Amino acid sequence: MIEIIETGPFNTVQDLGRPGFRDIGVTAGGAMDPLAVRVGNALVGNAIDAAVIEVQTFPFKLRFSASTVFAVAGADNSPLLDGKQLLPWGAHLANEGAVLELHQPPKLARSYIAVTGGVDVPALMGSRSTALRGNFGGHEGRPLSNGDRLEIGEVADPAPLPLNGLAVVDPSNAMSDLFPPVVDGVLQVRAIPAGEHHLFSDDGEAFWAQTWRISSRSDRTGYRLSGDPIKPTEAIEMRSHGVVPGVVQVPPGGEPIIQMSDANTAGGYPKIAGVIEADLWRLGQARAGGKIRFVRSSHEEARRLEQAIALYVEDIRKTVPMVKRALSAMV
Amino acid sequence: MIATQSILPSRHDIQPAVKGQARVSFIGSRSFLLEAPDEFDLPAQRWIWALSQTVGAWPEVAEVIPGMTNVLTILKETPENPQAVVASLLDAWDSAASLDLAGKTVEIPVHYGGEYATDLATICDFAGLSDREVVRIHYEATYRVFALGSAPGFGYLHGLDPRIYMPRKTVPSIRMEKGCVTIGGMQTGVAMLTGPNGWNSIGYADLQMFDPAASRPALLAPGDTVRFIPARIEL
Repeated sequence: MIEIIETGPFNTVQDLGRPGFRDIGVTAGGAMDPLAVRVGNALVGNAIDAAVIEVQTFPFKLRFSASTVFAVAGADNSPLLDGKQLLPWGAHLANEGAVLELHQPPKLARSYIAVTGGVDVPALMGSRSTALRGNFGGHEGRPLSNGDRLEIGEVADPAPLPLNGLAVVDPSNAMSDLFPPVVDGVLQVRAIPAGEHHLFSDDGEAFWAQTWRISSRSDRTGYRLSGDPIKPTEAIEMRSHGVVPGVVQVPPGGEPIIQMSDANTAGGYPKIAGVIEADLWRLGQARAGGKIRFVRSSHEEARRLEQAIALYVEDIRKTVPMVKRALSAMV
Repeated sequence: MIATQSILPSRHDIQPAVKGQARVSFIGSRSFLLEAPDEFDLPAQRWIWALSQTVGAWPEVAEVIPGMTNVLTILKETPENPQAVVASLLDAWDSAASLDLAGKTVEIPVHYGGEYATDLATICDFAGLSDREVVRIHYEATYRVFALGSAPGFGYLHGLDPRIYMPRKTVPSIRMEKGCVTIGGMQTGVAMLTGPNGWNSIGYADLQMFDPAASRPALLAPGDTVRFIPARIEL
């Protein structure tokens, strides 16, 4: 069992979401940084889609009521276990009653806490994610609050954890050749022109050339961007159509919105671009106030990145149990 | 004689309309949006329903989301050759037959007017009709569910009488209650979530239309027929 001691607003139970129900208006949802969820789960020996806690407001503090193997992945903060600093992107053993504490990360936005066995909330429509639009799923269909207790799933035969834990190289470093570093605080986000790009004429180029700021009115539903407004050359009446996270829509005011994990399932604003799926985890770690620039991408590049991410996760998933067993045998 | 006429499809419905060239665009690297070029009407939507069934059976497809005379196809992974996907979608559109989803009839009791009908007066002004007429025109029509989307279980309904057309608000209401019966442009529907909403409310329906724990979470499905029943009119 996990007891939430201290939490800010909007921290929720998430997994990789519930895709497959957009055709009845249900947002896929799921973690803003799904790659961190996969890595966290691989570290603790879970199926990679097990439910975790997504922490996006800090400080966050919880207590493990029994000895538990856990991992913290995603953001660039160092977790504290009973006041002792731990390696991020690592699996550790918490003793009964131990307190895990997360503070505001220096640069990134979201931490994920995975536990061996997964956070055991009821699965609804194939997922344990909290759907804030509709208030169902996750823990009672709502964000976590102080005093909440979360069950942990059973694990048949967990691999033993080395005494000092086990960490991995985080994806930004492990794949630094494929995911360019943030320079001067600007995250490059790769995107492909979308259906109404041609309507923006010269403003289309202004969209790619300028640096946009993620406004404070941004959340899991979408990021509102601030910058020089861009306008289509003609106003068009769009019929409602399906949308997915990453779509960059331009409402009448001219400041784009990027739909994120809790994206509406349908939309009608002109679309100037769509962020490639392989870059969404990085965008999910961008914070309000942060700066981004869009870079034109291609399906070919997107496919290459997608395959690299799959390999990175697969490598961790296969290596972690082997390393755990080898290190325990040495003790 | 009258009854016979009413169960036969109208001549307009069975005439094979000429299908125009559809348009396919990208959203990110895995999603492809096909938009029908034609009118926002039932024949166009019947092709979309047929196309959605065809494309949904393709092994590389993760999810198909029919919209209003359009369909979004999400692939399981980024394709090697996106132009081949575009070509396949256009082929499938060209050869799509008209599919009329049978659907069920759903009757939705509505309390017209009253405290939830926050925009009824505005619609009357815009339409130049009395509140009684607006309400009557709304409940006398028969609607078809074209697609679901936007909020869990929300059905986009086609069949609004043009006399009570009302544009969406430029500044949405901050908080509209779940259950409000609304008009947005040429569409009508029942609000599924309490929250910001740009549509215009004329009444209230107290009917559970979405249950995530049910085997079929959404009450409505594309192709369903919807009738609004005036349970109470408070003007």
